[in-house]
Amino acid sequence: MQLSTKHLLGIKDLSREDISLILSTATQFKEVLQRPVKKVPSLRDVTVVNLFYENSTRTRISFELAEKRLGADTINFSASGSSVAKGETLLDTVNNILSMKVDMVVMRHSASGAPHFLAKHIPAAIINAGDGINEHPTQALLDAFSITEKLGSLEGKKIVLIGDIMHSRVALSNIYLLTKMGAEVMVAGPPTLIPKYIAEALNVKVEYDIRRALQWCDVANVLRIQLERQNQVLFSSLREYNLAYGVSKGLLDSLKKEIVIMHPGPINRGVEIDSDVADGNQSIILNQVENGVAVRMAALYLLAGKSNA
Amino acid sequence: MKTILDKQQLHLTILRLAHQLMENNIDLKDVVFIGIQPRGVQVGVRLMESIQQLSAGEKPQYGILDITFYRDDVRDELHVASTTEIAFSIEGKKVILIDDVLYTGRTIRAALDALQDFGRPQKVELCVLVDRRFNRELPIQPDYCGKAIDTVISQKVKVEWDKEAVVLY
Repeated sequence: MQLSTKHLLGIKDLSREDISLILSTATQFKEVLQRPVKKVPSLRDVTVVNLFYENSTRTRISFELAEKRLGADTINFSASGSSVAKGETLLDTVNNILSMKVDMVVMRHSASGAPHFLAKHIPAAIINAGDGINEHPTQALLDAFSITEKLGSLEGKKIVLIGDIMHSRVALSNIYLLTKMGAEVMVAGPPTLIPKYIAEALNVKVEYDIRRALQWCDVANVLRIQLERQNQVLFSSLREYNLAYGVSKGLLDSLKKEIVIMHPGPINRGVEIDSDVADGNQSIILNQVENGVAVRMAALYLLAGKSNA
Repeated sequence: MKTILDKQQLHLTILRLAHQLMENNIDLKDVVFIGIQPRGVQVGVRLMESIQQLSAGEKPQYGILDITFYRDDVRDELHVASTTEIAFSIEGKKVILIDDVLYTGRTIRAALDALQDFGRPQKVELCVLVDRRFNRELPIQPDYCGKAIDTVISQKVKVEWDKEAVVLY
């Protein structure tokens, strides 16, 4: 049994079986991470470059830790402080790195489709760690892993994605993954941040009333407002956004049921989510981060076998 | 197809192995048993049942170990990982590894590597149901062996638990 794809560019390309294989392998890696020695030698002959053209804390540390715990050698590259500032193209940069015998590329880029472009031109296996407003597959996988851990399965579960759906790659990857695995998905937020025709195009429910959305769901995945990607005014102020769409303790307590709160990070406290919700006992935000390492180990492990072609 | 052990022989062999294990380890307190995934686990379960009967109900410590991530052919062929469950410390204990068929010895090599990540055992021994003795690729031998057989590489040895028999294809 193996993955149907050579790269992990997006959840869109994965089959249901691929997703199940990654999640079940991640379960085994999570057990490895509880051992006295949290490390296995599976990828000891593999070198991975972490190519980050855009800022990151969690994803970058998580990938680096996952690579090290699999015994791989790692190189970290960030665009700032490199020859990118001198005008080197993406393809030149990557080809130069690969000529130093690197087997896999983990890549984040602000341009949607950058890893897909790279996949057409280089032999190494590529893992997309977020490309523009397109996809962030490992985030969706770790979200799915965390939901499964908490609720037992994805099938039939009701999950609402709240906030900046328009500019969020986490939202798109989550929608692909959750609908493929048989969950019900709703997107909620201000009309200006939800793409038109998303309901028809991606088979999701749309809700503009945050209370109704929370009342409907089992799990609420709260997304950050991607101010850096918004080039026009889409809502009047962060304070007003918080009042209309922020997830607050009062709002949660007024629901008739207990729901699970998730957030992919980084959190803007007091904007999309209030501190007492993010730190409250319904929140699994830090479990998501913990599971991120196991899920990324699974993705790296399953793709490494394909990088020696 | 040839039957190596039929139902009764398989039962007797397990019972003999259990007796041998007890003979060498009268005090079960410092001994832990670990079945190797996937096919050593069932052998381990049978052995544990027999040992428990022989030791007047005292339950031996039994864990299961998956060696997928320690294989030396990770990048040639992808294997799906199974569960590892070792709910006790192996530090300073005598560890007895249990598998169904000992063939090239590579699985046991990987298991020895994996064990190190759980602690430093005082001693490690190996118990197998079937030993394909002339096919070894590494210097590894069993301490307890149900039946030693001579085979060629093209043949396959399978323990069929539904029929309770060991057969050679």
